[in-house]
Amino acid sequence: MSSKLKMVALSSAVSAMALGAAADDPVSLTIVSWGGAYTASQVRAYHEPWMEANPHVTIVNDDGSANALASLRAQAQAGNVTWDLVDMLPSDAQLACDEGIIMPIDHDEVLAAAPDGTPPTEDFLPGSLGECFIPQILYSTVLTVRPDAFPEDAQPTSIADLFDTENFPGRRALQDRPGTNLEWALYADGVDPDEIYDVLATPEGVDRAFAKLDTIKDDIIFWSEGAQAPQLLADGEVAFATGYNGRMFDAIEVEGMNAEIIWDGQVVEWDGWVVPADGDNIDAVMDYLYFATDTQRLADQAQFISYGPARASSSELVGQHADLGIDMAPHMPSAPENYFAPIILDNDFWVDYGDELRERFANWMLQ
Amino acid sequence: MAMADATQDDVQVGDTTDKRGRLVTSDGTPLRRALERSMRRRKLTAFLLVAPLLAFILIFFAFPIAQMMWRSVDNPQVVDALPRTLDALQDWDGSGMPDEPVFAALHADMMEDLDRPRREQKIGPLGIRLNYELSAARGAISRTSRQVPNFEAPYAEAFGDAHRLWGQPELWRVIKREGRPLTPAYYIAALDREYDEAGNIVKRPENRQIYVNLFGRTLALSVAITFMTFLLGFPIAYYLSILPMRYANLLMIAVLLPFWTSLLVRTSAWIVLLQQQGVLNTLFVNIGLIGDDNRLDLIYNQTGTIIAMTHILLPFMVLPLYSVMRTIPPSYMRAAKSLGATPTTAFRRVYFPQTLPGIGAGGVLVFIISIGYYITPALVGGQSGRMISNEIARHIQQSLNWGLAAALGSMLLVGVLLLYWLFNRLVGTDSLKFG
Repeated sequence: MSSKLKMVALSSAVSAMALGAAADDPVSLTIVSWGGAYTASQVRAYHEPWMEANPHVTIVNDDGSANALASLRAQAQAGNVTWDLVDMLPSDAQLACDEGIIMPIDHDEVLAAAPDGTPPTEDFLPGSLGECFIPQILYSTVLTVRPDAFPEDAQPTSIADLFDTENFPGRRALQDRPGTNLEWALYADGVDPDEIYDVLATPEGVDRAFAKLDTIKDDIIFWSEGAQAPQLLADGEVAFATGYNGRMFDAIEVEGMNAEIIWDGQVVEWDGWVVPADGDNIDAVMDYLYFATDTQRLADQAQFISYGPARASSSELVGQHADLGIDMAPHMPSAPENYFAPIILDNDFWVDYGDELRERFANWMLQ
Repeated sequence: MAMADATQDDVQVGDTTDKRGRLVTSDGTPLRRALERSMRRRKLTAFLLVAPLLAFILIFFAFPIAQMMWRSVDNPQVVDALPRTLDALQDWDGSGMPDEPVFAALHADMMEDLDRPRREQKIGPLGIRLNYELSAARGAISRTSRQVPNFEAPYAEAFGDAHRLWGQPELWRVIKREGRPLTPAYYIAALDREYDEAGNIVKRPENRQIYVNLFGRTLALSVAITFMTFLLGFPIAYYLSILPMRYANLLMIAVLLPFWTSLLVRTSAWIVLLQQQGVLNTLFVNIGLIGDDNRLDLIYNQTGTIIAMTHILLPFMVLPLYSVMRTIPPSYMRAAKSLGATPTTAFRRVYFPQTLPGIGAGGVLVFIISIGYYITPALVGGQSGRMISNEIARHIQQSLNWGLAAALGSMLLVGVLLLYWLFNRLVGTDSLKFG
């Protein structure tokens, strides 16, 4: 496999012309992503320029990422892999990688270096690369608040305020899964962001997190789909809501919702590509990946959606929103003024302890 | 056949019998064989007529269900990945730590796995499988397997250094216990139970029990929804049945409308109607029914699930009821009244009993559909309005624990069959009228 990868990397690095000779046959790539504004941003930043350079390739978009893990396993077991490239979360990618249904990636071999020659393994943000995973963006789960729910001189500013129902009464919309919620409970209880997962790996730490959550339980509404959180805020159903920063950006800047993002304790996670094993168009996929994850393309995507590029070298190239014309840099989770107390989601922890904590969380929600 | 036997003795006249006195047809074939042949032909025709459907059901219904049930006990991961280790573990009694030969066997198993082509490696699936039984087992295995080529004897120490779990008997007990091709482990988890240190099956700690409660809630919600559809559907079906046909058809369209509306449209409509700042609550506040600060929770809880599902499933109750009520002659009620019954008695003793086949059919339909319903509860049910099917879907799609999903699904299937059997014993399916 590695010699094949090497060849692809080499040929794509030399020039598109080298591939051109071998790639005249029409190819159709099925690229799976999350749909909606997110897929749209990928189409404009990656697909369209790449197809322009490679007219023999058509890209078919499939909005299957939410259930990608199950579909990938089913395709692998049936021996009929129809997806060429899949956008998924790193924890899912780790599971798929363990199962052997997606390809391991040698990042320095198959990806483009930064313009100044920094190899990909150093250019991608620390902790973002996975055995089978190529990150594209950094997104975060943030706390968002309706300013009109509180007096002007006593606005909430931190995660601790989410757990303070005395000074900040009102309902809170939290996601119906343990991830993020348990981290925040410990953070609000005074645990240092760097130590959260060490504490959470002990039974006492889990008890402590649930005890903290107990204090606001009566005021919680649980949401499950990403679109619900901004909707609940916009309808005035809740005073606080947790949600993905890109959706919140859309609701606030594009739809004009009256809400503020609190960047304190933002839970940062990556999202990126994985390549299903045994796909038919592996050469074209590798060529696409080399193009779509280079420094300029990752920076381009930020013109369409407020998720931060996963490469350090892309940050300075982030410009203005393509339609709104506002500067995107301050809306990135990775912007220095927002990145003051991030909690980096530990995917290994959640793959290892997720089952147990999810059961306990489900039980807790029902009590 | 019986007729042929019976007639053989007493009718032996004319040219319908052969020399040995057996009945024959006009061309001389024995009647018994001729009858058999024509029966066979008829059976074949019948079989050919249903064959396409039968094949369809076998391929797309029976086979997947059998496969699902197989998955709920299938347990190849440990056996495939660690044959030597399991062999070495045979003499270990489960208390204290296993000896060095066991660790050496584990080392050999892991080394062999590294030589396999990636798609056939067994260690990854092994880690995922063991993690269902013991949190962090996946981490122990995947982190160790990367370092294994550098290990040197004594292996017990090397493994212990690589991950703390190798130094705990717990992980070894799980490996030994799950080192068999079939396992009840998924059913044990689905019943909120687990193994204790001595290998007995005990209840899980209370804060991790969910599935049994969810089954109970699913059952209770389905009964409530069935009852609500009956309560709302009965008067409408009655009214439809006494209307002239053309008005009845028009009204029927209104009943069927929820069928024809996209789920997303319906869901957003419910949200607009039912949420705290929604139409209903605002109306109640405006007419002074409730105060502004205690608006009702009508959605994202059980109430939301019941309202939405009653709405969707109403036609399944109305249609069978309507078709039964259409066939009840109005003269029966008049006869009862002319014989001195009050309208209530006439309804209770004469009309209502005749609608029972419709109620039974509608009830069974609504109940069985709602027990497996899943999208609507996920969207409007919040936490307390979720049903067991949501949990099954989660294990299929997100946690990838298909064994547990299969166990929960099999239990649901068996439960429904059991209820249907009970219903059949008590009421009898012969009296059902589906429309």
